[in-house]
Amino acid sequence: MAEPLLQTRDLSMHFGGVKAVNDVNFTLAQGELRCLIGPNGAGKSTFFKMLTGQLEPTRGEVLFRGNDISHAHAHTIARMGIGIKTQVPSVFDGLSVRENIWLAASRLNSRERARRLVDEMLARIGLTQAADRIVGQLAHGQRQWVELGLVLATDPELILLDEPAAGMTHEEVQKTAELVREINRTKALIVVEHDMQFIRMIAKQVTVFNRGSILVEDSVENILRNPLVRDIYLGKQAAA
Amino acid sequence: MSARHLNLLGLALVGIIGLAVMWLTPRFAELDTVLDLTVYMIMAILALSLALIWGYGGILCFGQSAFFGLGAYTYAIAMFNMGESTVPLLLAIVLPAAFAALLGYFMFYGRISDVYLGVITLTVTLILFNSVNSTAGPEFHIGAARLGGFNGIPGIPPLNWPFNKTAPIDLEGMFYLSTGALLLTYFGLRLLLASQFGRIIVGIRENERRAELLGYDPRAYKLATFTIGGALAGFAGCLFANWGNFVSPTIFGLAQSAQIIIWVIVGGRGTLIGPVIGCIGIQWLSAALGANQPSGSSDFWSKIFANAPLILGVILIAFVLLVPKGLVPTLGDLGQMLLNGRRERKQRGLAPQQAE
Repeated sequence: MAEPLLQTRDLSMHFGGVKAVNDVNFTLAQGELRCLIGPNGAGKSTFFKMLTGQLEPTRGEVLFRGNDISHAHAHTIARMGIGIKTQVPSVFDGLSVRENIWLAASRLNSRERARRLVDEMLARIGLTQAADRIVGQLAHGQRQWVELGLVLATDPELILLDEPAAGMTHEEVQKTAELVREINRTKALIVVEHDMQFIRMIAKQVTVFNRGSILVEDSVENILRNPLVRDIYLGKQAAA
Repeated sequence: MSARHLNLLGLALVGIIGLAVMWLTPRFAELDTVLDLTVYMIMAILALSLALIWGYGGILCFGQSAFFGLGAYTYAIAMFNMGESTVPLLLAIVLPAAFAALLGYFMFYGRISDVYLGVITLTVTLILFNSVNSTAGPEFHIGAARLGGFNGIPGIPPLNWPFNKTAPIDLEGMFYLSTGALLLTYFGLRLLLASQFGRIIVGIRENERRAELLGYDPRAYKLATFTIGGALAGFAGCLFANWGNFVSPTIFGLAQSAQIIIWVIVGGRGTLIGPVIGCIGIQWLSAALGANQPSGSSDFWSKIFANAPLILGVILIAFVLLVPKGLVPTLGDLGQMLLNGRRERKQRGLAPQQAE
């Protein structure tokens, strides 16, 4: 078997006595698309923060293409090829959409190429019309697209998406699912999401987090049938 | 008119007005006015140094006067030792820049938060004030230059043409030099801010975490910005020491540090022309109020109006409360609103169904 793209060993993050993430052993193959689900407070976002260098793990390690990145700076990890779309859109609110994407594109590209890439990306995320608007004035859904555009413009090998469909209309959710599948043709992804509809649209393998640990890993069909998962997480949604 | 056109128009306007002031003043104004204007131009360079690091870099430095004073003292001390101004001028830029780099390294790589950054920079300039202030005795000298303590260093030799000791720059020449330097600094910073580097530092100001997650190291960019700001302030300090042929420790003092911040607040953060206007306007106002000093009359109101610090305080509070973005950005917003209003009316008239 080929070397995994990403691997964590006993990865833990403890805040005082709270074990936000505890001994997580997680493996992602090259080019894989994985969904991460779990109730609020299960440790999914903390897990993402450790993968991107925003938090330094209390214990354990993160290997990206075999390199230990558990203590690397966020910008170093970004340069190695991990991009993240955070839960609350983290964008440059005071700048225009075009300027936002340009900042991402210009790190790897010459002036001319960056400009072309920005135009392509604007078309891809459907914001060509809004290119000169200030991002802070856009609707929540559109800001999500801007952030996705930022991440894609840095051309990472692995993309982490933290609730990409949150706050989106049904139509936007479908569009996002399409985009995620398209991205997955060339890149690996880990997607945290609550919306089971959305997960059905995109996922093959699902990892379930609960109380800072991995509860179970299986195909999306089996997860939906798993009584344990239904109990801790899906129960509310199934009943609703 | 697009934003791009407005931008070019603004640049052209600044250039034309700047060159006109530079050309006309010595021909039509009294020597007093020329001298006053010279120091306004020098201070405007200092204002630009903070406009860069605070307005664009988001680094609130309460001690910009530290680099200004270091530049002035470096020039004075080097001048007494060398007698020819080319190297002292360069030292007055390089030394404050190096000091800014060292201080910045510990602050940014030590991940000091914004508030503490303000406290540290303020403390640094006050330490410099106290240290230099207590060097009055003859035992405190660097080479041939006596530091003079609270008395300062008088009789600093003026700048001369590069490598030509026998051709000092006269008062009128200082005016041309200062105004030219201000214009060069302004356009140089505009270029810097339009470059990739400039756009990235604005990105870091907007969202440091996001910039980091895109692969930029905010510490390195902030350090570079801070160092450039230190170099500019040092350069302004050198010109200032030249202008009065004198430098004293008050240059490091609280009043001087606060003043620079007020210029930027009044003029507007995130613009370059704003702090220049704020700086020149406030200095002009201070001078006008000072000249108004009542000699005999003890009328209540005339006393109030002659109290420059009081009036300046009121202006600062008024700006912070009523025009928090500063003069130029607020005027820009107003212009934008008028422009949008007209465009909207036009669009509504043409195609009402497209109105969103």
